[in-house]
Amino acid sequence: MTYAVKNLTQGRELIAFRIGDQEFCVNIMSVREIRGWTPATAMPHAPPYVLGVINLRGAVLPIVDLSLRLGMKPAEPTVRHVIIVAQVGPKVVGLLVDAVSDILTVTDDNIQPTPDIANEAEKAYARGILAIEGRMICLIELDALFPHTESEAA
Amino acid sequence: MDMNEIKEIFFQECEEQLAELESGLLRLNDGDRDPETVNAVFRAVHSIKGGAGAFGLDDLVSFAHVFETTLDCVRSNRLEPTQDVLKVMLKSADVLADLTNAARDGGGVDETRSRALIGELEALARGETPVASEAPATKPAAPAHQAAAPAPAVETPPVNDEGFQPIPFSFDDFGDEPPIEPYVPTCEIVFRPKKELYAKGNEATLLLRDLSRLGEMSIYCDMDRLPSLAEMNPEEAYFSWKISVTSDKGEDGVRSVFEFAEWDCELDIRTVEEETVGEAPAEDEELPMQPVPFDLSILDEEAPAAAEDEEPAVADGDAAAAVAAAETATRIAQAASNASRAAAETAKADRAAAAAANAAAANNQAAGQTIRVDLDRVDRLINLVGELVINQAMLSQSVVENDNNGTSSINMGLEELQQLTREIQDSVMAIRAQPVKPVFQRMSRIVREIADVTGKSVRLITEGENTEVDKTVIDKLAEPLTHMIRNAVDHGLESPEKREALGKNPEGTVRLTAKHRSGRIVIELADDGAGINREKVRQKAIDNDLIAADANLSDEEIDNLIFHAGFSTADKISDISGRGVGMDVVKRSIQALGGRISISSKPGQGSVFTMSLPLTLAVLDGMVVTVAGQTLVVPLTAIVETLQPEASAIHSFGASQRLISIRNSFCPLVDVGRILNFRAMQANPIEGVALLVESEGGGQRALMVDAIQGQRQVVIKSLEANYTHVPGIAAATILGDGRVALILDVDAVVAASRGQSLKPETSLAATG
Repeated sequence: MTYAVKNLTQGRELIAFRIGDQEFCVNIMSVREIRGWTPATAMPHAPPYVLGVINLRGAVLPIVDLSLRLGMKPAEPTVRHVIIVAQVGPKVVGLLVDAVSDILTVTDDNIQPTPDIANEAEKAYARGILAIEGRMICLIELDALFPHTESEAA
Repeated sequence: MDMNEIKEIFFQECEEQLAELESGLLRLNDGDRDPETVNAVFRAVHSIKGGAGAFGLDDLVSFAHVFETTLDCVRSNRLEPTQDVLKVMLKSADVLADLTNAARDGGGVDETRSRALIGELEALARGETPVASEAPATKPAAPAHQAAAPAPAVETPPVNDEGFQPIPFSFDDFGDEPPIEPYVPTCEIVFRPKKELYAKGNEATLLLRDLSRLGEMSIYCDMDRLPSLAEMNPEEAYFSWKISVTSDKGEDGVRSVFEFAEWDCELDIRTVEEETVGEAPAEDEELPMQPVPFDLSILDEEAPAAAEDEEPAVADGDAAAAVAAAETATRIAQAASNASRAAAETAKADRAAAAAANAAAANNQAAGQTIRVDLDRVDRLINLVGELVINQAMLSQSVVENDNNGTSSINMGLEELQQLTREIQDSVMAIRAQPVKPVFQRMSRIVREIADVTGKSVRLITEGENTEVDKTVIDKLAEPLTHMIRNAVDHGLESPEKREALGKNPEGTVRLTAKHRSGRIVIELADDGAGINREKVRQKAIDNDLIAADANLSDEEIDNLIFHAGFSTADKISDISGRGVGMDVVKRSIQALGGRISISSKPGQGSVFTMSLPLTLAVLDGMVVTVAGQTLVVPLTAIVETLQPEASAIHSFGASQRLISIRNSFCPLVDVGRILNFRAMQANPIEGVALLVESEGGGQRALMVDAIQGQRQVVIKSLEANYTHVPGIAAATILGDGRVALILDVDAVVAASRGQSLKPETSLAATG
């Protein structure tokens, strides 16, 4: 919390986490819990970034390699890895990241627009960047990352 | 409890009453002439009317009132419930359901339809035979209410004031006057409120005021029981009244005033007018058109009438007092004895038996107690039991791992625990199990409506309505079933003319059956129509690029093409089945329930859709197997046998296919690991185990897995909740070690082995 921007008026809280040498953050309201890595059961026909599913107290939770999902190199999960259990639309998804680094309280003023050098993929999920004490943290929109489809059955 | 809650309960009860109404009418339609059936139907409508009146739902009340009046004619044998009559009544039941729904959810109803039906019903009540709807319009007009039967119930707003049109009507058929000489009976009423009456917020004054509005009234207040002031309990009721009312509404009118108070007072109503007392019921039956005077002594003797009367204060004073105090069960028991006695008097042995049986059944029904439980609570219990099963499995597993000699007392105890868990689970599941009857009943309405629209004549036969299945399955069954029924009538059945030309009964038959088969519920929908036009289906499939023009397909495969997306063979898109949803949607909804659907069709003889659904969506017995290092669960219901293939039994077929010979028949070998993409190369069959499975589409397959771990009951966990549907995987479960295992969708795997590819659908997975 030492780096947190203390702006308590109209502040919103974000959870920052690390993937490789980059930092990202998501809205804390969408985060349900943070837990350690447990081996996942592989899913057939799943895209490469879906590592499989785990048992979260009786519910089946898909685990997504966020590194791969964001177009970076695939993670090699170890016990030191962390799963951020996040609510995305109606579904709950586990996001595999290297480590959770911070909880930030920011206002909209702190968020700078995504630079226009970003390609389409990054533009799709990046909602802006934050400069926190010399670090750059990218704000991710999870709903854009995992658009939920409505149930198609009548 | 606020008004909305009470209203909600009323609507819930309405639903039950409507179901009762419809099933009763259908029974009558099938030739059932048991008076108890008529009574049940009458009671249903009357209850709805009563409740609706309390909530001021005027549309509902006025329609129910007319309906009730007509039913009363049937009840009193003045109207023969012929097929035509029942057709009108079934339609009326539909409209009544619509009105109920409209009252609950807002929204309008087809007013012209309900008005037309009110007209038809009134015509019936007057003793006319049902006629084509336009016929009455051409006849000279006469106010409808003038000729209405001297029907009892009165508490409703007068129908003719409610804004529906007077029905043009001719009296030529039976003379210039209404069939009944109106007489004005005088009722002597002894009204003795109990303190409960006041406790429930009823007010004797208001009742008396309502009574005074019926007609001329004289009243005498009996204050004999009033104690001295010192002894008086302010919450006790001391007064009673002797009232004499002269009203054309008769005794029933009087009764209706006390409708909501009758439980909390002693009520004695006598009609003093001299009447045809002592008329034997048998005579009454011989003269069906004779007016039945509403005299108490008649009611007393005519037991069916007594039994039918839903108002507790039947018969004479003693009975009324007793009844008012008695429980429902006693009331029905009394009715039952009355019914059987009367039936015996009519000296019709069969009828006696039927009535007695029916009354006994009604009695039993009253004895069987039920409670309404919030579904959430049941689901919570089911979830907890699910967790219990998982935990028990975990415990068993760790005991087995840590216990070398499998005979210890812990093992014994665990086995008992397992049995108990299983019993708990079964009992909990039984709570959710419901008969499919309500859904089937809804279908009969769908059939009627669509038969009307298409001008086809259709008979729906339902069988196995009492087959029980999980409530979720029932709830989700209605939609696909509706769609299939529409299809069956719209596309399946030919027009009556065509049927006649083909030498078939012009009335088409749609048969809906439910039965249990090997741990699943099987629902069959059969029509005796034209069957699938394979040429047309094939052509259409080629046009839509579903198959190659020269594809060599079996009849079964062609039939199954109709389950493909965007497939509709109807030349013109009709209002009924051409809503942009096809059989593919039906198939998907069934699959979402863990079910399967297949079709078999014989040209000229009709088609049969067979749906097989799991009884519960919560647990299944499975075989735990290993495939390419992954643990999978194969539903036990699908497995016919397991075997260890020998090298000599494996035969290559073509480039990549292999067959296994089992007792001299050849069966395709399917490598599960390959189909699910767990490995790139086919495994060596000799190192694995073959599971011989039977799929819904018919035909056996040998599924190759690496090893069998054991057999276990597993709790089904949804994959779709957080992920997406995975082809080849039915659901997930959690094993004893706490890890997720996938449950194999045997049919999908078998289908995939036929060459249909397993592709992930749009979802989380598709966004990559």
